[in-house]
Amino acid sequence: MSEYNFAYLDEQTKRMIRRAILKGLAIPGYQVPFASREMPMPYGWGTGGVQVSAAALTPDDTLKVIDQGADDTTNAVSIRKFFQRTAGVATTEETEQASIIQTRHRIPEATLREDQILVYQVPIPEPLRFLEPRETETRKMHSLEEYGLMHVKLYEDISQHGQIATSYAYPVKVEGRYVMDPSPIPKFDNPKLEMAAIQLFGAGREQRIYAVPPYTQVVSLDFEDYPFEPTKADHACDLCAAADSYLDEVIMDDAGGRMFVCSDTDYCRSRRAAGHVGRLGTEAPLSTGPEAA
Amino acid sequence: MYVAVKGGERAIDNAHAWLAEERRGDTSVAELSLAQIREQLKLAVNRVMAEGSLFDPDLAALAIKQSRGDLIEAIFLIRAYRTTLPRFGHSHPVETADMACDRRVSATFKDVPGGQVLGPTFDYTHRLLDFKLAAEGDLPEAPTAAPRQEPTPHVTSFLRGEDIIQTEPHSDAAPKDITREPVAFPADRATRLQTLTRGDEGFLLGMAYSTQRGYARNHAFVGELRIGTVAVEMEIPELGFAIEIGEIELTECETVNQFKGSKTEPPQFTRGYGLVFGQTERKAIAMALVDRALRWRELGEDNVGAAAQDEEFVLSHCDNIQATGFLEHIKLPHYVDFQSELELVRKLRREAETSTAQEAAE
Repeated sequence: MSEYNFAYLDEQTKRMIRRAILKGLAIPGYQVPFASREMPMPYGWGTGGVQVSAAALTPDDTLKVIDQGADDTTNAVSIRKFFQRTAGVATTEETEQASIIQTRHRIPEATLREDQILVYQVPIPEPLRFLEPRETETRKMHSLEEYGLMHVKLYEDISQHGQIATSYAYPVKVEGRYVMDPSPIPKFDNPKLEMAAIQLFGAGREQRIYAVPPYTQVVSLDFEDYPFEPTKADHACDLCAAADSYLDEVIMDDAGGRMFVCSDTDYCRSRRAAGHVGRLGTEAPLSTGPEAA
Repeated sequence: MYVAVKGGERAIDNAHAWLAEERRGDTSVAELSLAQIREQLKLAVNRVMAEGSLFDPDLAALAIKQSRGDLIEAIFLIRAYRTTLPRFGHSHPVETADMACDRRVSATFKDVPGGQVLGPTFDYTHRLLDFKLAAEGDLPEAPTAAPRQEPTPHVTSFLRGEDIIQTEPHSDAAPKDITREPVAFPADRATRLQTLTRGDEGFLLGMAYSTQRGYARNHAFVGELRIGTVAVEMEIPELGFAIEIGEIELTECETVNQFKGSKTEPPQFTRGYGLVFGQTERKAIAMALVDRALRWRELGEDNVGAAAQDEEFVLSHCDNIQATGFLEHIKLPHYVDFQSELELVRKLRREAETSTAQEAAE
């Protein structure tokens, strides 16, 4: 696709996005407006993440794209293919090997390093949006650090349900200042938001970029007597026996049979390659090729 | 033994191959040419150009062919293409008073200088299926007249002479470009108009209709509706003067609205404005009505809480490319989030059942 610039976007646009990224890194958790471009995939399908990745990619990078933790979900395949065609960069499914990881809805299980960038696709960047639909109001609330509404919401959850009834996109406070939406990751992933890698969040349709620099304090909102609790299915992975990974529940038959498998497909694969075998796993690790049965 | 679903890549390739076949349809039927679409589905081409924000009938025809006639999909193709184009600069404002009008009607005066010209309109056609069209045949030639050479003055300019219609503030400031700067609220009128002119026709139609039915009612007269071509002039830095770089077809609608005066403004007529690429009459009228409804603040009117008065509501939701993308993204896998919800609901149910059982035991 030589008719397009490296990584599709023109250099001026990438420059504009990089400026927004730098501003975001300078003000952790603050949503920076940027002039999002129409991309050749629909809004809501990762256009923010794709623009951030395009601005961050260099020809030497190795890119990994996951959706729901998996490299082989259709939209992850589609986005990876897009960058293969427009940037010609190396791609990988191995978390270890990637220098840039674009993700939707998950943080990889493996600990990320300082030389890695994690790019999130964000549908609704505003953590206060479902409490206050107006952008004019929510921007004011952020600038005044007026987060009482969010605490009232969490309190009402506890009074009605005995616990905070938010299981994904669980709000966090970044470096003691901005309340931020970590994108719709399960709250199981929230503790991982304090990491060595750079985290960039792109919301294309809503025209916002925000960031969490390495080693930044990220606290999930809670109360002293109702502390934040990351949760997952109370099982071990049926393929690799991991007890510490986020699990997908898979319905096996119409008699209610089900199994639990790692949502992070690379984590599961590497554990099986290292000889871990779960309840329904086999000794020999499966092939990881995209066309494997 | 469970094996995770793989082969997404092959599935995608196969789906696209099937789509291409479906797009072509029965190969014993002649394939549509772009020229046929451009000439015979002109109003579809116009809508795609207007909402795609790119005046290029051939590309719009290609997009319609590629999208199998799904106009929002075609608009999306055009938008995605236009965003890759370099920006050389901007034109002078087009002079719609100099428009070579194919159609020009005013509902506010029986006759106006420049005349009432119906032009190629569906108005007053009886909506009876014309079965003769099913059989292809030659058309009788339409009668012609000599085109008007001199400029056609705007109807509102006659009202302005009498100082009975609101005067618009004059400004030579460069307006913001919504494709280069994110829209912030409150938005100025230029930003609103830019957003509306590429907004979804159906959405704006519904919004405009709601004002007519009483949600922020502001009775609008079509002061003037004109459709025709205007010259586009651009300053060329190397030349130091402006040259004509082409012609575009536009639809312009100015509404004249009753206004009894407010705390800040005397009784007078006020205006709504619509300007859209191509012959896109419904859209231009709807745009003018919505524009007028959004002007409540500057005219000192009350905000009655109607949707059409709410600029954040209207401007944030009128773009069909944003809307369709986000709407349809819920087709993507969400099983990680769903899993966390499953666990939460199961836990809440367990606790509710335990407490009910306890109450029963007590």
